[in-house]
Amino acid sequence: MSTTERAREASAKAASSNKQFSLPPLKAKDFDRAGKMSTNISIALEALWANRLRSMLTALGIFIGIAAVIAALILTQGVTASITNTISSLGTNVITIASGAGSKGPRGFSAGVASTTPSITAADAKLIAKVPDVTGVTPINSVSTQVIYGNQNWNTRVQGAMPIYQNIQSWTLSEGAWYTQSDEQSAKSVALIGPTVANNLFAVSGDDPIGKSIRIGSQTFLVEGVLASKGGGSDDVIFVPFSTSQNRLKNSTYVDQILVQVDDSSNIDQVQKDITTILDQSHHIAVGHADDFNLTNSTQLLQTANQFTSMLTFLLVGIAAISLTVGGIGIMNIMIVSVTERTREIGIRISIGAQRNDIRYQFLIEALVLSLVGGVIGMLLGFLIGYAATSALSLPFVISVNSLLMPFIISASIGVIFGLYPAIRASKLDPIDALRSL
Amino acid sequence: MTNSYQGSATDPFAFKTPNMNEEAPRIVAADNQAQPVIVVHNLVKTYMLGQTRVNAMRGISLEISPGEFVAVRGPSGSGKSTFMNIIGCLDRPTQGDYWLTGRQVSRMSVAELSIVRNRLIGFIFQGFNLLSRASALSNVELPMIYAGLTKELRMSRATQALQMVGLGTRLDHKPSQLSGGQQQRVAIARSLVNSPSLILADEPTGNLDSRTSVEVMGIMQSLNRQGLTIILVTHEPDIAEYASRQITFRDGRLVKDEAVRQPRDAQAEWAVLSQQNPDE
Repeated sequence: MSTTERAREASAKAASSNKQFSLPPLKAKDFDRAGKMSTNISIALEALWANRLRSMLTALGIFIGIAAVIAALILTQGVTASITNTISSLGTNVITIASGAGSKGPRGFSAGVASTTPSITAADAKLIAKVPDVTGVTPINSVSTQVIYGNQNWNTRVQGAMPIYQNIQSWTLSEGAWYTQSDEQSAKSVALIGPTVANNLFAVSGDDPIGKSIRIGSQTFLVEGVLASKGGGSDDVIFVPFSTSQNRLKNSTYVDQILVQVDDSSNIDQVQKDITTILDQSHHIAVGHADDFNLTNSTQLLQTANQFTSMLTFLLVGIAAISLTVGGIGIMNIMIVSVTERTREIGIRISIGAQRNDIRYQFLIEALVLSLVGGVIGMLLGFLIGYAATSALSLPFVISVNSLLMPFIISASIGVIFGLYPAIRASKLDPIDALRSL
Repeated sequence: MTNSYQGSATDPFAFKTPNMNEEAPRIVAADNQAQPVIVVHNLVKTYMLGQTRVNAMRGISLEISPGEFVAVRGPSGSGKSTFMNIIGCLDRPTQGDYWLTGRQVSRMSVAELSIVRNRLIGFIFQGFNLLSRASALSNVELPMIYAGLTKELRMSRATQALQMVGLGTRLDHKPSQLSGGQQQRVAIARSLVNSPSLILADEPTGNLDSRTSVEVMGIMQSLNRQGLTIILVTHEPDIAEYASRQITFRDGRLVKDEAVRQPRDAQAEWAVLSQQNPDE
């Protein structure tokens, strides 16, 4: 067989086994650009998956930032909640008078610790009781001392206050009864103990505290009641009648604080003015001179506390924002590298018909996914850190809508802000140059 | 439009508005056998290379009819690459007009040109230009993704196209797991899936040995026999002999345009080659 014959035969064979090189033609209705966004998303996910390690490390930058933001938020929200609880447990519509110049700083927090020169006395309290709209007044002494029952001892805060104090700060008892006005007048050595104190003195022996004698400092007191828990640090306290504390524990005519209860919060300002006038007279303070006492009310305290906590939030979130910016720059960096590396891929995509938009979305979605994944993992870690920190500091663990939404909003905006430039760069590539690149 | 070419003014598939999302699906390859696939009139391309002015094309006019297999030849710097880029809608001419299947593409926006590349043109490159991460199937799927075809349609057409080029058993292979010839066959399958009016092959055998070149040319001739218009850029004279028409560029001008009297038959040659050495 000659070569030509063989070729002809082979040709015939090829023709008979002819593979059909045609596809059914496409019709206009086959094209549906609406579904393309999901394809851009899956293309972006594939690309990220192909560079798993790099994607993870890039997301780590965001992840740390978001974790820091969330932990900071939870911590400050815990502090805020704790301070608010403490302040409202001091009673509403209550004015606190303390010694010292009229600074309105956060001194009110250190309830009971007399600052600077003592100036207010129990006699002042009697004067204040005559002011209109005042429904209750009590002077308060506060002493930190050791209490002993049997072989158990405990350091706590002992407060001397008149019986009306129960009403002003709405205390309840889990056992026994509050001391009476006659106990107050005769300065009886009776005490009400907080649950923390009861636990520390009586848990070991299992005795019922009511009717037992305890030693406060060098004095013996009879336990008449156990306070119901208010939670937090306010459970670690002992109350004794004011006159008893004045005579047996303090030995001073000055008192640490005077608490004034006002009938309605709308009258607080007027009452504060009246009290200032009365005390200025009794303390012989000339017009234009500084007062030697100060007044705070719970509303003011709350405001001060809010200022303080929002400053704290601002500081912590500010620090976290810096780390988020660093994370965002990391994303931008990697995306620019990725665009450069994949120039040829971009060229291929554009030459076979990808729109500029498709390329831009592809890279934008990559950046967005990186930062969102970082954000979600960071949020979970932030909650963990926040939970650990708040429980270590025995603060309330608060999850707000803010702390749930913020990671998504922040990380999405970081993805868009830092991903936009590389994505635009990718979409502007010239397909001819891009195909020529290695 | 002052040009005498009648198809452009009345083309029912012509763009009516620049709103792509509405009008894009109108571009579907629908070849009218009566009108040329390509008409170029006085194409000029000038660009600046630093301070110097480069005249890559100095007025090129030609027509290519449906079903032609045209080889474009010329030394480097002759303007054939520039010609290919403009024909492939990757670039736009400085002057002159270009009609592709009756559409005036030389006046289209970048976004519209993307659609034209996607629907009307199938590209085959020297370096194959497959996505290295993606499987053969995904690579072939890609043009249909950008066309917005449904997943089922994409899968069935991509599988069919790969079967047509003899790679039905290698759908899931990555380009790195395929030989050069196989990679080029994937690229051919990719160029076909959107049913284009025109295949543009830029040195398709440049990276292949002569035996595989014959195989690839056999596929291209077979496509051409079924009526597909093919433009092939090559500097190898023997590869150009598989085409039915050869045009030659020099210094930005068309210097030779001739029919090949007896094109080589790649399928017959391939049949001989595979009998001699049936290891494929």
